[in-house]
Amino acid sequence: MATKYLGERIKRKEDPRLIQGRGHYVDDLKLGGMAHLAFARSPHAHARIKSIDAGAAVATPGVLAVYTGEELKGQVGFVPCAAGLEGLKIPDHPCLATGTVHYLGEPVAAVVATSRYGARDAAEKIEVDYEPLPAVLDMEKALVKGSPRVHEHLTDNTAFVAKLEAGDWNAVRQDASLKVIKQRLINQRLAPASMETRGVVASYSPGEDTLTVWSSTQIPHILKTQLAIMSKLDEARCRVITPEVGGGFGSKLNVYGEEGVACFASRKLGRPVKWIEGRRENMLATIHGRDQINDLEIYAKPDGKVAGFRCRILASMGAYHQLLTPAIPTLTALMILGAYDIKNVFVETVGVFTNEMSTDAYRGAGRPEATYIIERAMDLVAFELKMDPVEVRRKNFPSSGKDISMATGVVYDTANYEKPLKKALRLAGYNRLRKEQERLRKKGKYLGIGVSTYVEICAMGPSSRMPGGGWESGTVRVEPTGKVTVLSGTSPHGQGEETTFAQIVAEQLGVSFDDVTVYHGDTSVVPMGIGTFGSRTTAVGGSAIYYASERIKKKMAKFAAARLGVKPGELLFRDGKIETSDGAKSVPFGSIVVDAYSAKTLPAGVEPGLFEQFVFEPPNYTYPFGAHIAVVEIDEETGEVRLRDYFAVDDCGRILNPLLVDGQIHGGLAQGIGQALWEEHVYDESGQLLTGTFMDYALPKAGCFPWFHTANTETRTPVNPLGVKGVGEAGTIGSTPAVVNAVVDALRPLGVRHVDMPLKPEKIWKLMKGNAGDGGR
Amino acid sequence: MISESFEYHVPKTIEEALGMIGEFGDESKVLAGGHSLLPMMKLRLASPKHLIDIGRIGALRYIRESEGQLELGALTTHFEIESSSLLKSKCPLLPETAREIGDVQVCNRGTLGGSLVHADPAADWPAAMLAVEAEMVARGPHGERKIRARDFFVDLMATALQSDELLTAIRVSPLPARTGDAYLKLHHPASGFAVVGVAVRLTLAESGSIGEARVGVTGVGAKPYRAEETERLLAGKSPTAKRLEEAAAHAADGVDANSDLYASGDYRKHLAAVYARRAIQRAAERAAGR
Ligand SMILES: Cc1cc2nc3c(=O)[nH]c(=O)nc-3n(C[C@H](O)[C@H](O)[C@H](O)COP(=O)(O)OP(=O)(O)OC[C@H]3O[C@@H](n4cnc5c(N)ncnc54)[C@H](O)[C@@H]3O)c2cc1C
Repeated sequence: MATKYLGERIKRKEDPRLIQGRGHYVDDLKLGGMAHLAFARSPHAHARIKSIDAGAAVATPGVLAVYTGEELKGQVGFVPCAAGLEGLKIPDHPCLATGTVHYLGEPVAAVVATSRYGARDAAEKIEVDYEPLPAVLDMEKALVKGSPRVHEHLTDNTAFVAKLEAGDWNAVRQDASLKVIKQRLINQRLAPASMETRGVVASYSPGEDTLTVWSSTQIPHILKTQLAIMSKLDEARCRVITPEVGGGFGSKLNVYGEEGVACFASRKLGRPVKWIEGRRENMLATIHGRDQINDLEIYAKPDGKVAGFRCRILASMGAYHQLLTPAIPTLTALMILGAYDIKNVFVETVGVFTNEMSTDAYRGAGRPEATYIIERAMDLVAFELKMDPVEVRRKNFPSSGKDISMATGVVYDTANYEKPLKKALRLAGYNRLRKEQERLRKKGKYLGIGVSTYVEICAMGPSSRMPGGGWESGTVRVEPTGKVTVLSGTSPHGQGEETTFAQIVAEQLGVSFDDVTVYHGDTSVVPMGIGTFGSRTTAVGGSAIYYASERIKKKMAKFAAARLGVKPGELLFRDGKIETSDGAKSVPFGSIVVDAYSAKTLPAGVEPGLFEQFVFEPPNYTYPFGAHIAVVEIDEETGEVRLRDYFAVDDCGRILNPLLVDGQIHGGLAQGIGQALWEEHVYDESGQLLTGTFMDYALPKAGCFPWFHTANTETRTPVNPLGVKGVGEAGTIGSTPAVVNAVVDALRPLGVRHVDMPLKPEKIWKLMKGNAGDGGR
Repeated sequence: MISESFEYHVPKTIEEALGMIGEFGDESKVLAGGHSLLPMMKLRLASPKHLIDIGRIGALRYIRESEGQLELGALTTHFEIESSSLLKSKCPLLPETAREIGDVQVCNRGTLGGSLVHADPAADWPAAMLAVEAEMVARGPHGERKIRARDFFVDLMATALQSDELLTAIRVSPLPARTGDAYLKLHHPASGFAVVGVAVRLTLAESGSIGEARVGVTGVGAKPYRAEETERLLAGKSPTAKRLEEAAAHAADGVDANSDLYASGDYRKHLAAVYARRAIQRAAERAAGR
């Protein structure tokens, strides 16, 4: 491929409108006769609904309707779960609770009113008589026989148990030279907290019998199918439109009950219904991320080589399954060996129901947990064997760089783990830092250096392993005027693919980048699609577009060859021309477009027009990797952690636009470091959320970070024609353990080998005082 | 996050505002910058029927020097304080404190008076007000009265201001000779408020020993307080590192310390001692340099 646009630091097409406040989000939509929806939510984690009195709400002026779970029964289907695991228990998940509420914030009743404020006020007037039931919050207690159950009709609180085993464990157990290192890690619950909360407008037209839904979603096509099923409507009469989306981070890779209710209400009332989620609702009732307890057992040889790795994962599901809830921790198991050649592995994953909001995909979705586990494990080995953590990692890197078959069953496409590591060590001045650390330690000062050499799994993914298929569609249409329209089944929401896709097509067709316009997120415009998540949009969606433009080229070459009297294979597309490689014969791109649409003389077997579609099915996932180094200083009196420096060298395969890669890494780092240092969603023992506002939930701000030093290496993948791997989640995945490793490294003189996240100063202060024991919790 | 409905009133003068407060009584709330009150209303923790927006009363917004005192109108914003050259030279503790508050939006809207009346136990201003022994000027139906800072903060979110009074001005004395001040805080990572905040104004005697030190502490207890034992242990002593540490160790004596998800009471007390020592140290250095 020639490179006029690919690999260039091109500014984003989407930025001018977003920066100038000219983007349109769901809440900007105003339709004639539009009504507003508000929810009354459960104030209890677990309670029986004895009665609901909506009288005062119904009588409020402006209120059009009040619905409860009973009224939706049989009319609106359950909230869907697409995960298919053996033995998985899937409790019915109604859009509005019926009989029992199972988590704080569960929608109990819905009010539709002529104004948004009126709807909220009326919702406050709905009186629900609850009989509180014992709430299940602690995963370990939940699994004890005789524990109160989240769902009374289920035998226990176990949602599923999955086992992954490989290798020769007898041999491992008998090898007396192996050091066995055990550790428990807590991966705390997080709030995705996208800047734009959820929002939906459902508009049913009784005359046409059509339902149009505007939703802030990452998956318009899946949402359309699911809402059609839930609403019992002919799918061909449903349309989902995704306007600008102000962040999702996985939380909008979902189908929510509120969307089902909005569709129901619009159909009942025959007018558009809008629901915009409040921030408090977002904290309570949009999916949460992470929430695992990991018990590790590492079997290490004296030289640092890890022979065996065992882990028991307890993963909180929350009360119900959302779209992919149970699938998320299975990704943890799959990636638990990280960048290390470990032959013997055993992972038991237990999904546990608790009276909390559902967990589901949050930036990284299962892989940050895996990376945290294995990268902490490498440091634990270094700690126990008194080795340098970099050395331990090098001991365990695989020797091959291609098609690496892991004991977990996955095959890494391409790898070169040493390369980014070397670069990161150089960038950070690792040896110098270690010397500085030694000097400071003598003065009683704490400096910590943390390393993480992660590998992740993305470009999701081969359809054989994805619940609803993992392909993606791309359409390229050359308009009669020669301008180019691109349609993608993905649904970017901040990642910048309007730019990358245009780069790909402009490069392919030899047209100007400014002449390419990308559309996505409208199920009536884009034929079919899966969406944006799992760092798949460029790798899978971009590949579909690449092949669709190949098809266009092939067709145009036939027209041009006929004109020029050459073979189609001899022609190149560049600078607005189609020409022979020596440039001797050429024809303007535009005149071939005219030929194709006027269709006066058609080459044999060629149809008129220039619009081609391609559905790309990836043969494998891709496995980006990298090396991160965090440098922290700890206040020796208060335990406050200061992140002094951060170095990230990421290998996401071929880089199409370095500006966008940097952007993804910067944002990803903020979220990953946020988990390490500040963020935690905490329910108390009765199931009340203690972190329901940004006064308590510590979402990091730009000022919390030093300037990030980023760099890349480029190891291409053969999995797709672009050679790209994906970078949407890498920053988050790689950074959390780097920071924790740095803090634990700083405390090494105290004999501290682990501290659970978030690394709040008090925990560290207690460790420094020497009275907190291991874990610092 | 939608408040209950309310009536909105915009008085143009202090008298008009007092009239409205008298008329609507307990059903009303005064609105200044709105950065404490509006979040409470949106969470429906406060639901006043009448909102009296004093934000347009120009007579409440000024920083001036009169009769050797500095006077700030209650509506003076955090940013105006932060950027005031008069305050930077005559009472640098106030700009230094303002710099530690919230973000740009909060500083542009939030007011000194609003913060003081709201009396959040983790707010920054109270510590500074105690350290400079500010005087609060209140106006009510029966005229004007003055309240000393140490009498102003009564309890958790409760002040000596009566419900029919407006806080109109805050008076502070300018920094005397051989005096330094300092404000240091540990920011809560979510709210930005003070987990612990310590403000100090310290005067050195000619001899170089400490003449007087006033130490205001916020964030630790239900209300801000003067660390009296610390102050007593400093008075008349030379400011050696050891002395400062010994004195600062008492910064939270007798305080029933707050405990939350982020910091236990014990930790807060420890932080109070560390931050007090550092703030006293800094104030002493500044005093020596003047
Ligand atoms: C995101 C955020 C971060 C913040 N961070 C910090 C921080 O780090 N440190 C900090 O100290 N504060 C912080 N604050 C609070 C901020 O400083 C508020 O602006 C301040 O506490 C209240 O001032 P206001 O003018 O906004 O008052 P308002 O919210 O308008 O009023 C607050 C209360 O005072 C009453 N009131 C106001 N003025 C008067 C008056 N003149 N007379 C009588 N009663 C009056 C009102 O009736 C109300 O009860 C933060 C706020 C936000 C939203």
